[in-house]
Amino acid sequence: MDQFTLNLIVVGATFALYIGIAIWARAGSTSEFYAAGRGVHPVLNGMATGADWMSAASFISMAGIISFGGYNTSAYLMGWTGGYVLLAMLLAPYLRKFGKFTVPEFIGDRFYSQTARTVAVICLITASLTYVIGQMTGVGVAFSRFLEVENTTGLLIGAAIVFFYAVIGGMKGITYTQVAQYVVLIIAYTIPAIFISLQLTGNPIPPLGLFSDAKSTGLPLLETLNGMLKDLGFTEYTKQTDTTLNMFLFTMSLMIGTAGLPHVIVRFFTVPKVSDARSSAGWALVFIALLYLTAPAVGAMARVNLIDTVYPNGTTEAPLAYEARPDWVKNWELTGLLGFDDKNGDGLIDYVADKDANEFTVNNDIITLANPEIANLPGWVIALVAAGGLAAALSTAAGLLMAIASAVSHDLIKSQINPAISEKGELLAARVAMAVAIAVATYLGMNPPGFAAQTVALAFGLAAASIFPALMMGIFSKRINNKGAVAGMITGLVVTIVYIFLHKGWFFVASTASFSDAEPMILSIKSTSFGAVGAVLNFAVAYIVSNATDEPPVEIQELVESIRVPRGAGQAVDH
Amino acid sequence: MADNSENNAYWAANKRIIVISLVIWFICSFGFGILLRPMLAGIKIGGTDLGFWFAQQGSILVFLVLIFTYAIKMNKLDKEHGVDE
Repeated sequence: MDQFTLNLIVVGATFALYIGIAIWARAGSTSEFYAAGRGVHPVLNGMATGADWMSAASFISMAGIISFGGYNTSAYLMGWTGGYVLLAMLLAPYLRKFGKFTVPEFIGDRFYSQTARTVAVICLITASLTYVIGQMTGVGVAFSRFLEVENTTGLLIGAAIVFFYAVIGGMKGITYTQVAQYVVLIIAYTIPAIFISLQLTGNPIPPLGLFSDAKSTGLPLLETLNGMLKDLGFTEYTKQTDTTLNMFLFTMSLMIGTAGLPHVIVRFFTVPKVSDARSSAGWALVFIALLYLTAPAVGAMARVNLIDTVYPNGTTEAPLAYEARPDWVKNWELTGLLGFDDKNGDGLIDYVADKDANEFTVNNDIITLANPEIANLPGWVIALVAAGGLAAALSTAAGLLMAIASAVSHDLIKSQINPAISEKGELLAARVAMAVAIAVATYLGMNPPGFAAQTVALAFGLAAASIFPALMMGIFSKRINNKGAVAGMITGLVVTIVYIFLHKGWFFVASTASFSDAEPMILSIKSTSFGAVGAVLNFAVAYIVSNATDEPPVEIQELVESIRVPRGAGQAVDH
Repeated sequence: MADNSENNAYWAANKRIIVISLVIWFICSFGFGILLRPMLAGIKIGGTDLGFWFAQQGSILVFLVLIFTYAIKMNKLDKEHGVDE
């Protein structure tokens, strides 16, 4: 059986499973559509959060970025896991106690202001939409390889499937489907990693393999890799080249962005009790850590294998002839994401650091998907990875679209524009909002502002600068009032998005950029790292404005008191 | 609901646990993984240095321990202050 047929069978089988579950758990009421009727067990909820969280950025893109960036990309690993500590301690239990459906709802009630709620909706849509663009980039890569078509075609097919998938289900459908998706994606991620770790180091556990000796040289794997890279003129894998300031701010942006992303926070609205919200965050991180501990091993090992493929006789010898290139190189050439340009006309694949002499370009985003092919693993493993990548992209895209849909239908239309809207009308509005979001994200996904994980990192910066500070101050301070919160959110969002647009182009149209991440506007702060600065400004402005204006009314101060203690969460209002 | 002073004591205890946890969170990620890495460069582990290990593996393990410890401590605290569900 050829690889294409095998891919179709495995991917088809997993899709049938998800759609089956989605139909079985079809959402009936609005309460089920948004929050699964608050009946989800913490471990299952943690698993679903894991699937929701680990998107195309984590599954498809991150290992590739680590592979080519080495130590400098550690921010992705620390940032996207460390945020759960903040979530578990600073937000999740109190928001569950508050007991509503959406993040803007909390902000609107706590800051007793429809304006605050509307600003929160705008922040939420901006961050989520940017995030969906990153997902669409990943979906495009996965589908183009799997269906053996050009990248743009893959993106359009992927978008159609995401649309169908997110629109028929609601949160409940998504919760149980996501448990299935988690299982598929984690198996798909770890199995090739185990094989490759065994091949390279003899250790079957990839996170241990990363710090073990390479079979080929007898030296530690990372030393071996450093040596290879040095021969070819690349920076050593473990060396820091990014500035400490930028690494610090980037890690911080990703961490607080994690805690401020609405599609993750709403997960904690669906657990039965406040104590479950805390443990659910822990379980989510357990399931996420399985992938995040594997990813750095995948990154380093893929780089070793890639160099081994191009330099079969060692990095000090001549590289492989283009005519002798393996099948995986040919397969990926079809997608346009891997290329060879014989600059010196010698027919050999020269892969070196020097840009003028390098003839081999590999898009970061293909590393995870190509990894099993590079390592010559069996066909079913390759098919499984394709299925896993699609599971990751679909589950997150669906979760994000839910967050956007509920913000529009619930926080804008039902609460402000037309309170008399029927349940049916509200669901329809939610679905229309999803469709518009997918269309916009697909369009922007064709010319993304970066690799999937980088685009997603921008979304985190936006969430970090706008939503996280408002939520945290709403819980930990009784003094922050409506005016302070609104001023803070607007400052954080505007400053961050302007900084991003100055570097990535206005509305991500690259030609309108005034600066680049290679030479940022302020010090060495890249656009992906600016969220942390935006967050600090948000806190500062909110504090100053609140202290210059009236303190919140007594009933709001009582509300803050009440969300701080778990007792009474069961009586939380239902709509 | 218990009276206000009881709730205030509960909240103060919660905040104390959070502060201690976040200090550890900061030191193991931003500290060992980024800021203090040059100082730890002498400590070798698996072909690289301790800072690299913390940045790519150690910090994640610490985060896991922190969240579950917090969840357990808070469950105990909830009961002690009579605010459990």
